[in-house]
Amino acid sequence: MMENIREQVRAFLARYIRDREVADDEDIFTAGHVNSLFVMQLVLFVEGELDCPVADEDLELENFSSVDAIVALVERRTAAVRG
Amino acid sequence: MSSEVARPPAGAPAGKMIKCVVWDLDHTLWDGVLLEDDEVRLRPGIAEVLRVLDERGVLHSVASRNDPDAALAALRRLGVAEYFLHPQIGWGAKSTSVRAVADALNIGLDALAFVDDDDFERAEVGHALPEVRCIDAAEAATLADRPELTPEVVTEDARQRRDLYRADLVRQQVESRFDGPTEEFLATLRMHLTIAEAGPDDLLRAEELTVRTHQLNTTGYTYSRAQLDAFRTSPRHRLYVARLSDRYGPYGTIGLTLVEQDSRVWTIKLLLMSCRVMSRGVGAVVITFLRRLARDAGVRLVAEFVPNGRNRMMHVTYRMNRFREIGRDGDRVRLECDLTDVPPLPGHLRVETP
Repeated sequence: MMENIREQVRAFLARYIRDREVADDEDIFTAGHVNSLFVMQLVLFVEGELDCPVADEDLELENFSSVDAIVALVERRTAAVRG
Repeated sequence: MSSEVARPPAGAPAGKMIKCVVWDLDHTLWDGVLLEDDEVRLRPGIAEVLRVLDERGVLHSVASRNDPDAALAALRRLGVAEYFLHPQIGWGAKSTSVRAVADALNIGLDALAFVDDDDFERAEVGHALPEVRCIDAAEAATLADRPELTPEVVTEDARQRRDLYRADLVRQQVESRFDGPTEEFLATLRMHLTIAEAGPDDLLRAEELTVRTHQLNTTGYTYSRAQLDAFRTSPRHRLYVARLSDRYGPYGTIGLTLVEQDSRVWTIKLLLMSCRVMSRGVGAVVITFLRRLARDAGVRLVAEFVPNGRNRMMHVTYRMNRFREIGRDGDRVRLECDLTDVPPLPGHLRVETP
């Protein structure tokens, strides 16, 4: 199931970052600049497509800065729901 | 604080102002009928009315039953073609043309005037679109005397309004054709962002932004021009405006930021951006500017956020720029920024700061 999510995250990022391959552990916000619209779309993607609620305390750059980070966030949230 | 109590939108009475005049051509803009006389001349006083209203920020358009190519050629020959945005020239109903102008400019029908010499055409538009003000061409030369076409103050943005609309039109065409990564597209725009302390000429636009902006607005506090002027001159406040332009022309004044400063803490009371620049990444640049300023001044940087159901993007933006919640007071959230590792201003656009 998590492999499926990883594929979805890669596909989502590939729509925005088309000029290069993004490695799973690559920081997509290297320069420290975060386009508000892009990051909002990313949050809505995690909530809508991945069905993973994003709480206020999850809104940390580190949770969204790479494929690995996003997958890890979804894993933690899903584990939390299962209890 | 009384200054933050919601008050009726200052824009309400301005609903009666006319933002765009839609002109008939034959017997209205010019004497005679183009298809019978290809040497038509502008009616007396019309050139002056077009120019004066344009300078006030009132837009012009056309709703005419004519051959489109011939009519546009005549407008160019008469030296007035550049005034008209989205001219509707064809053989359909005038009400359809007037509505098309309203849609294309994203202006309410109640902010449109329609000028035509023909009683039937005015009645048709008046019947189909009762909000539109229909004016007899006999009164066209005195349009500039009407109060609904005479704004109290003409801002810099109003003076260049026609250019702003034209530049937006070109941008939309380019953006819809561009099939590449967002960042790459932004780089092609060659954007130039100016952050400046608000001057007296900025107050009207600043007030308008506080009233009209909901989505990209961190708190929704609205302030009158007098209150904004007081902040502008207060030693305890900084009021910044942001202006953006790119290779296609100006966007005008698109952002406003109010910072309350005491000796140890600066509080961002308000940070807003016009929705027109939502995809341009300028909100984060303004935040980076404030972070650098606060760090260099050795103060803490705090921001207030008040959710309104539509402005979550601004909360996310604060959070992704290292702001963490430090307290709540009802709906109002207080966030404090970590200033240990502030990025430099970005390279994908030119930034001018005070």
